[in-house]
Amino acid sequence: MADRVLNVTDLTKRFGGFVALDSVNLHLDKGERLGLIGPNGSGKTTMINCISGSLFNDEGTVEFEGRDITSLPAHKRAHMGIARSFQIPKPFKSMTVLENLCIPLEFAAWDRADHRHISEQAMEILETIKFAERAHENSGSLTQVDMRKLELARALAAKPTLLVSDEAMAGLSSSEVDEILEILLVLNEQGVAVIMIEHIMRAVMRYSERIVVLDAGKKIADGSPDEVMHNPEVERAYLGE
Amino acid sequence: MKIDKFWLSVLVILIAGFAFTKLADNEFYFFTTYVVLQGLIMAVAWNILGGFTGYVNFGSAGFFAVGVYTTVALNKAFGLPLPVLLLAAGVICGLLGLAAGYLTLRLKGVYFAIATLATALVLETIVNNWKFVGGAAGTYVLQPKGSFIFDNYIELLFMLMLVLAVAATAISRYLSSSRIGQGLAAIRDDEVAAECMGVPTLRLKLISTTAMGALMGIAGAPFPFFVTFVDPVSAFALVIAVNAIAMPMIGGTAVWYGPVIGALLLGAIQETATVTISSELNLLIVGVMLVLFITLAPKGIVGLIQDYKKKKGANNG
Ligand SMILES: Nc1ncnc2c1ncn2[C@@H]1O[C@H](COP(=O)(O)OP(=O)(O)OP(=O)(O)O)[C@@H](O)[C@H]1O
Ligand SMILES: [Mg+2]
Repeated sequence: MADRVLNVTDLTKRFGGFVALDSVNLHLDKGERLGLIGPNGSGKTTMINCISGSLFNDEGTVEFEGRDITSLPAHKRAHMGIARSFQIPKPFKSMTVLENLCIPLEFAAWDRADHRHISEQAMEILETIKFAERAHENSGSLTQVDMRKLELARALAAKPTLLVSDEAMAGLSSSEVDEILEILLVLNEQGVAVIMIEHIMRAVMRYSERIVVLDAGKKIADGSPDEVMHNPEVERAYLGE
Repeated sequence: MKIDKFWLSVLVILIAGFAFTKLADNEFYFFTTYVVLQGLIMAVAWNILGGFTGYVNFGSAGFFAVGVYTTVALNKAFGLPLPVLLLAAGVICGLLGLAAGYLTLRLKGVYFAIATLATALVLETIVNNWKFVGGAAGTYVLQPKGSFIFDNYIELLFMLMLVLAVAATAISRYLSSSRIGQGLAAIRDDEVAAECMGVPTLRLKLISTTAMGALMGIAGAPFPFFVTFVDPVSAFALVIAVNAIAMPMIGGTAVWYGPVIGALLLGAIQETATVTISSELNLLIVGVMLVLFITLAPKGIVGLIQDYKKKKGANNG
């Protein structure tokens, strides 16, 4: 249990009368790579919102590194080391790409980062994801695809121990997907646990050590990519019998 | 280097202001500049919440008036010296900003704006019915005796306003260039993302409303001695609230010097019109200018200059 990063127990989230997540359990060990998949509207983003603190769950608990964070606001969770990207990009539009990365460096990672060379650190992160040439562009005028890359870069700048990437690769070319996977692998080797939400099956299957499948707010499978792919319930959910 | 330039300018402005009180002997100049400086403090204060943080406050006149009536009440009850009245107004209006922020900041966009307007209306109703400070009929306020090192009280008030305007600008500049300012900018751009990137959004928003409230209260505190007759109509004047919004909009809300530029420009135009035509025109002027800027130059004068520089740079390069 010592190296359990995330432990979500019986998590339920309702929107009015609609149950978006129904008593879901999810755990993650240090440095693990988890794929979170499921049909549209199955509750993946809602799950991430509850883990990162953007939404508060109605029932159940969220524990991070052994601490109950269920009622902590998002910024405290970010300080503890939970970082996320947004499926619908949310850049800080008045800022350049580089300045966007300075925000998590100056806030989420403040206790972990060197306080001096903030923009140099931001630049290094942009270089690792081959985005440095965009550093001084206005983030509000990037293309959708570039905004996704910025989402990932900004989450990396929070220096997380748990990174949640919500469809960071949608719209990328297959070579770009490979590049991002490579970055996430390197990051993971440094001990960062990763939850990857992705519709690109090839990417999830290749990246994940374990896969969790949500369908209509319920967890219907949890296992190795191979097991999950041959799970009849998963097939049903996806093919919609 | 930049810091030196700013503080050097501050020094020059303060010395020039002091020299002005010794050289000019027409009191009219001091009345005029007092009004412009009052507008400047209000604009700088409004911009901390409206420009840096992205929350539009329509209730500026309420904070201003609470500052005004803090002076009226404490002066009448205890006859406290001006610096103490300033401090009291700053503290009371800062707390009012904190409370208003706590109650209303959960509201987004237009709802927040309406809540601030409603707050000002509630405050005006309270003052209208508060007999001790004159109620709706208003009250006379005597200027204190003695004017320190100045020839008369209006010169003292002018110099005080100049110091306060410089201080407000320095505070706003500090906020915008510090980590707090970066956090506020992130909140303005996207509050959900800011929170997830570790920005303590509620705390920073409360710092922002508190600073705004305190500065607006301080802007109002000397007002009773300036006009010597105060009633709710003058303290809660529409033009005060509208100017506080228009000046930053016209100057540019994104940077600390935007509201300063807007306040000097709009203030100068309004004061000129007051002298040459009538003060009745002030609302019309601000209305027309606001519409022109919002439609033609939404980033204000600062934005126009930046665009021009960019274009020139692109043409040269
Ligand atoms: N803020 C909200 N208010 C009301 N309903 C919501 C809200 N957010 C999500 N939902 C609903 O909850 C369900 C799950 O949404 P969620 O975004 O978590 O799905 P998802 O698995 O991320 O889907 P996708 O693959 O399309 O991103 C959907 O039916 C959605 O309409
Ligand atoms: Mg989603």
